[in-house]
Amino acid sequence: MEAFLSNIDRVVDGFSWTVRLTLVSALLSFVLGILLTAMRASPVPLLRGLATSYVEGVRNTPLTLVLLFCGLGLNSALGLSMADSVAMDVFWWAVIGLSAYTACFVSESLRAGINTIPLGQVEAARSLGLTFTQNLRLIVIPQALRTVVGPLGSVLIALTKNTTVASVAGLGVQEASREMKLMFDQGIAPVLPTFVGFAIGFLILTLPTGYFFGWLSKRVAVVR
Amino acid sequence: MSVQTAVLFDVPGPRARVRNVVYTVATLILFAAGLAVLYLGFNRTLTERETSLFDPATWAVNPAGQWAADKWEPFLRPETWTSYVLPGLQNTLTAALTASVLAIVFGLLFGIGRLSERWWIRVPAGAVVEFFRGIPLLMLIFFTMALPIVAWQLFDIPTGTFQVTALAAVVTGLTLYNGSVLAEVFRAGILAVPKGQSEAAQAIGMTRTQNLWLILIPQAVTSMMPAIVAQLVVLLKDSALGYIIAFPELLRSFTLLATRESNVIPAAIICALIYIAINLTLSRVAIWLERRNSRRGRPSAKPTDAEGAPTKADTATGAAGAVAVEPTVQEPLPDTLTEEGRAEPGDGDTDGNGTDGDGSPAGRG
Repeated sequence: MEAFLSNIDRVVDGFSWTVRLTLVSALLSFVLGILLTAMRASPVPLLRGLATSYVEGVRNTPLTLVLLFCGLGLNSALGLSMADSVAMDVFWWAVIGLSAYTACFVSESLRAGINTIPLGQVEAARSLGLTFTQNLRLIVIPQALRTVVGPLGSVLIALTKNTTVASVAGLGVQEASREMKLMFDQGIAPVLPTFVGFAIGFLILTLPTGYFFGWLSKRVAVVR
Repeated sequence: MSVQTAVLFDVPGPRARVRNVVYTVATLILFAAGLAVLYLGFNRTLTERETSLFDPATWAVNPAGQWAADKWEPFLRPETWTSYVLPGLQNTLTAALTASVLAIVFGLLFGIGRLSERWWIRVPAGAVVEFFRGIPLLMLIFFTMALPIVAWQLFDIPTGTFQVTALAAVVTGLTLYNGSVLAEVFRAGILAVPKGQSEAAQAIGMTRTQNLWLILIPQAVTSMMPAIVAQLVVLLKDSALGYIIAFPELLRSFTLLATRESNVIPAAIICALIYIAINLTLSRVAIWLERRNSRRGRPSAKPTDAEGAPTKADTATGAAGAVAVEPTVQEPLPDTLTEEGRAEPGDGDTDGNGTDGDGSPAGRG
């Protein structure tokens, strides 16, 4: 365990990338997810179709492939770079891949949330003369958000764990799991304590998130 | 979706129709622009293109670019399929099927374990499930790969004694993670069986074990079937993580092919299409099962509403009826893959059932 603890700065460094990936992707995927949900509920058939095929397509593609596409396809083949330093470049490509993937799950949760809103709410809003956008912004989304706090928490936890896939070839973000693998391979610390240490790190990130969202979803639940 | 969202807006009048047309055109333009960027980007890299957009030469297919016919031609050759794609697909399916069976066994054991009356079974089972659900699958796979080193470091077993194959590591990881998620699914399903069922079982003198295996589990499995299938989709998708540890599964064989033929984009597109086809078929099975359950007046319990006991369900069927349910449920599964799965054109209504790996942890509270 001492050998592991003496390398604690590498562990902290790995988790700092994990946290950064999680936070930025969470924000981006939330925005994108709301946009997708609005498109899927819109009166324009083309918007609905596009959003639905995007969600159904990306949701059923493995995240490894999505990130590989960002790394090898968009980054290398397209020759687009997001930042000057390599570390930041791959970081942003990983964020884009993770957000594009996670947005589908955000959108699915939100849509499930919209489906739980009683018809009367929407009918009342419409009879008051609210437009589609007003209806969505003032009536539907606020209520839907409250019911999906729990599922969104699950999506956030899944995202936290999914950031480990950003260590995939072509990207190779120095996040926690990659750091762990490197520590295994370089033999600087025994494997078992290293694994347990990193596992505890992830549990510290995921368990409180789960409990917090569980508590929050009870607190903001719409009483019906 | 159709019922609920249709109420968000009226049947369009003249002005709304015009507006819809405007939005449609705007969307089309944006979409076409996006496609054009992708097309041009993969035709030539952005850095080497200096010609103007109005020059027809810019739009011509670049023979060295990703859209050139000879980049797609490998997929018309049979040996591409026999020596790359099909072996990869076989490995993916082997890993996914093995892990599915093991994960269901693991899930049943630990799901039941968490409901045990004895604390020394309940508490460890809960700890195991929470642990494996809370850490990333990739870490589990890495750790399994490193087990020979662990054996050497802890027990002085020389590192050559045993090897962990990539397949074993992938299957172990998938089993532990998805098994833990399934354990929660089974637990929620058992808790959602109406109380009267257990009481009736006790009243006719069944033991706890009989009650569990003859009354609770068959009903729980039936009502949780959609959630179980959704989790198996996640499992199949996650098997692509084997790519990272060089397990020769579908994604790995496509990257090998892409390196050989230098056709990253065509390979990625076709690989994605194969995954999407398999997963959509499986998802359709989950939707079909859910509809089937609701047709029979047996609501599919979701992991999240473990406490909310299903409505009336079939309290009258009693013990014999509950057991008899199982074979009829199992039997129609195979032909759904071929007929029902495709018979339903995608209305995209998945009820948010198949969230990511962790659709279920919401039930942890």
